[in-house]
Amino acid sequence: MPKTKFVINGRKVEVDAEVDTPLLWIIREQLKLTGTKFGCGIAQCGACTVHVEGNAVRSCQTFLEDIAEKNVTTIEGLSTNADHPLQIAWIAEQVPQCGYCQSGQIMQAAALLNSNPRPTRQQIIDGMDGNICRCGTYPRIIRAIERAMKGI
Amino acid sequence: MNANSIAPTRRAFAFGISAAAGGIILALPPISSFAAQLVGLRDEPQGRDPSEITAWISIEADDTTIIRVARSEMGQGNFTTLPMLVAEELECDWRLVRPEYADPAENIARDHAWGDMVTAASISIRGSQSYLRKAGAQARHMLIEEAAERWHVPPDECSARDSVVTHDATGRTIRYGQIAEAAGRRSIPADVPLKPPEGWRLIGRPVHRVDVSDKALGRPISSDVRLPDMLYATVSACPAFGGRLKSFDASKVMNMPGVRYVVAVQDTAVAVVADSWWQAKKACDALPIAWDPADGKGLSTETIRETFSRGLDASDVAIGRRIGDVDKVLSGDVTIVRADYEVPYLAHTTMEPMTCTAHVTGGRAEVWAPTQNGEGTLRNVAAALGIDPSKVTVHKRHLGGGFGRRGLAQDWARMAALIAKQVDRPVKMIWTREEDIQHDYYRPMVLARQVAGFDAAGRLIGWRVRVCGSSILVDLSPDRLVNGQDIEMTNAFLDEDMAYDVANFEVGYVMRNTPVPVGFWRGVNHSQNGYFRESFVDELAHSRGQDPYLFRRGLLAKGPRSLAVLDEAARRANWGQAPKGISQGIALVECYNSVTAQVVDISVSDTGELAVRRVICVIDAGHIVNSSIVEAQMEGAVVYGLGAVLYGQITLHEGRVQQSNFHDYRALRMNEMPQVETYLLSSGSKYSQEWGGVGEPGTPPLAPAIANAVFAATGQRIRTLPLANHELRHGHGK
Repeated sequence: MPKTKFVINGRKVEVDAEVDTPLLWIIREQLKLTGTKFGCGIAQCGACTVHVEGNAVRSCQTFLEDIAEKNVTTIEGLSTNADHPLQIAWIAEQVPQCGYCQSGQIMQAAALLNSNPRPTRQQIIDGMDGNICRCGTYPRIIRAIERAMKGI
Repeated sequence: MNANSIAPTRRAFAFGISAAAGGIILALPPISSFAAQLVGLRDEPQGRDPSEITAWISIEADDTTIIRVARSEMGQGNFTTLPMLVAEELECDWRLVRPEYADPAENIARDHAWGDMVTAASISIRGSQSYLRKAGAQARHMLIEEAAERWHVPPDECSARDSVVTHDATGRTIRYGQIAEAAGRRSIPADVPLKPPEGWRLIGRPVHRVDVSDKALGRPISSDVRLPDMLYATVSACPAFGGRLKSFDASKVMNMPGVRYVVAVQDTAVAVVADSWWQAKKACDALPIAWDPADGKGLSTETIRETFSRGLDASDVAIGRRIGDVDKVLSGDVTIVRADYEVPYLAHTTMEPMTCTAHVTGGRAEVWAPTQNGEGTLRNVAAALGIDPSKVTVHKRHLGGGFGRRGLAQDWARMAALIAKQVDRPVKMIWTREEDIQHDYYRPMVLARQVAGFDAAGRLIGWRVRVCGSSILVDLSPDRLVNGQDIEMTNAFLDEDMAYDVANFEVGYVMRNTPVPVGFWRGVNHSQNGYFRESFVDELAHSRGQDPYLFRRGLLAKGPRSLAVLDEAARRANWGQAPKGISQGIALVECYNSVTAQVVDISVSDTGELAVRRVICVIDAGHIVNSSIVEAQMEGAVVYGLGAVLYGQITLHEGRVQQSNFHDYRALRMNEMPQVETYLLSSGSKYSQEWGGVGEPGTPPLAPAIANAVFAATGQRIRTLPLANHELRHGHGK
């Protein structure tokens, strides 16, 4: 089995796994970064959202072969000192309930703000409605993104 | 702090291993921890934790205050609110509080020192507030007595605040951490007065949750436990309810990469165990399995509906409540209104699919479980393995959503234990979303028939309710049956949970059980019965040409608490004065000793598309512990209820669930989220000495409020759910 090389959270790694393995399971099991969650397996819920080359992708439908030589960022790599404006805003607005979807929500929001630092309310909704939260944190997610905008 | 890991120093276990409750030191022989052995640590030394004041509270030398939590954190915030109740009376510095799970095995060994661990029925606060506040007060007294003795002054000359005892006359002070060990050796006072609500400094405040920063930073929760040499499993359970496993051909997949074991789980499922979850999943998909559909053959939504429909006319009725003589009244000179309703089975779809990690070896089991019921998990694992409960250790983990799925239904824990029993190493079992949706304990499909009569003066004088469906309790809690009957299936119509005053009233339940598993879903029987009741009340109002809000008021002459909540909802919503294009619906449901009313504002477009604009939510839960968390629970209850009302339905064909993932069992998304305004109308002890629940009461009123608003907008009475099955007509105000 050929090793696949890529960069995760700024660190170069070589992974030994079948190339059709979803990135999600490489991240969670081999790289031991468990912030990224499994929710549906079919890119319907967004719990597994990470960044590849700065873009939000569903890691359950992104395969090892897709990310060779690329830069992957997970929730653990979003900030070095737990100080990403979104994470600060998330805490200030007390967003999470069970927390299971929250890494995916934050990574989706971070990609949104990267591409559009001043989104309107409607643009926030359009950017975030692919991420499901069963606990119902949507109103606070919106508030947290709007709060973080002021800090970016 | 990392809420799911452990306090520092001597409680420390090892990296990445959950030991949420594993570090409590016992007066009893410690239960050996496989995890500890695995990572080369010794068990804790025997003897009482020197810093333990009572079972609930340990205070370290640096004043760090460990408060133990017996219930489970599944997003509803009780890892924060339950310690707040203790801390209020303990008078400790809240910033020094470190919540920690009480260990289920120790709870059994210590004669239930931490009481009931079940986290269901919105019980956490209302079921434990009195003994948690008492625990805080007892420890405070012990600390004050210890300080007073050292100073040779009477205890009543001393006071405590922010983890410091002060002798008021001299200004002398001593920190809790300096005297905790000695205070813990004092006898625990039996009776201690509790503060009156007006003296509370912490309870009621929107204190930040203790688990939020971990969750915003992606730190380990729930299924993120990692053990050395751990393998991963996924399962395929018999697709047809009532069916069983016939055979499988492991040889077809044993040579696939990473596959280690293919094992049967009794005659209900097959599990593939591999080096990685993805390898297990691929092999499980490829595994040839033969199933015998048995009782599932021919079972469908249609056949079940037929059975339940006949049940509505059957004579084997369990009466939940009877006032007067409804049969006599309804056969007299009255104007009759009648309607039949139906709700479908609903899945829970917690964000985290069912999961449990287990290691079974040497006659012992150790499990890591996101469970709503720590002791239930322990006992289910013991029973499944046929071992004594004292041989089982359960590490509780925060849940990736519960909603009733992970409480009394412990199928997932038994399954993980039975898989691990056949494997030499620890196994993390994770279901696919498809398994999760197709093997749930669903909110019951229920049919309802209601008949009401008005006398010549236009008064509602008779109302009869029949519901038919499968009993939750028969399978999951038979001890709660009354003479073999599940009266809880009539909730929302009983004396304690319906304030409407009707001279002749009867609610009855006809039990028809099927192979489809049914269970507790947020709001439980209040959810479907609240929909039946509040939609029908709306029908009654319109049948008399009356305003639905005012009609309800007329029925609440003897229900001042419900009336106050209803009035507040109508006031906050500007009831009756909706802007053009907006239609309103109102509903009221009493449950878990709380009262909740909602008014929804909707619009229906020219093409019949529904938009839910705003939900006004008023709740009276008696006392509020954390207002921010209550507001979050109301928002969550609306999201949960609205997703179900719009889309939720589990249907069956040949015993199999036809939905499989979020594409065909939809959840509410952000673009469908209405504005939610929550108003807390806390009546304290005015109507009840009991406190009210918060996790569930926001869900039941939502469905009828929406359905009633749809009627207001289109003239269509929605008597079956979900709305996705209805084509709405445009036309404001019918």
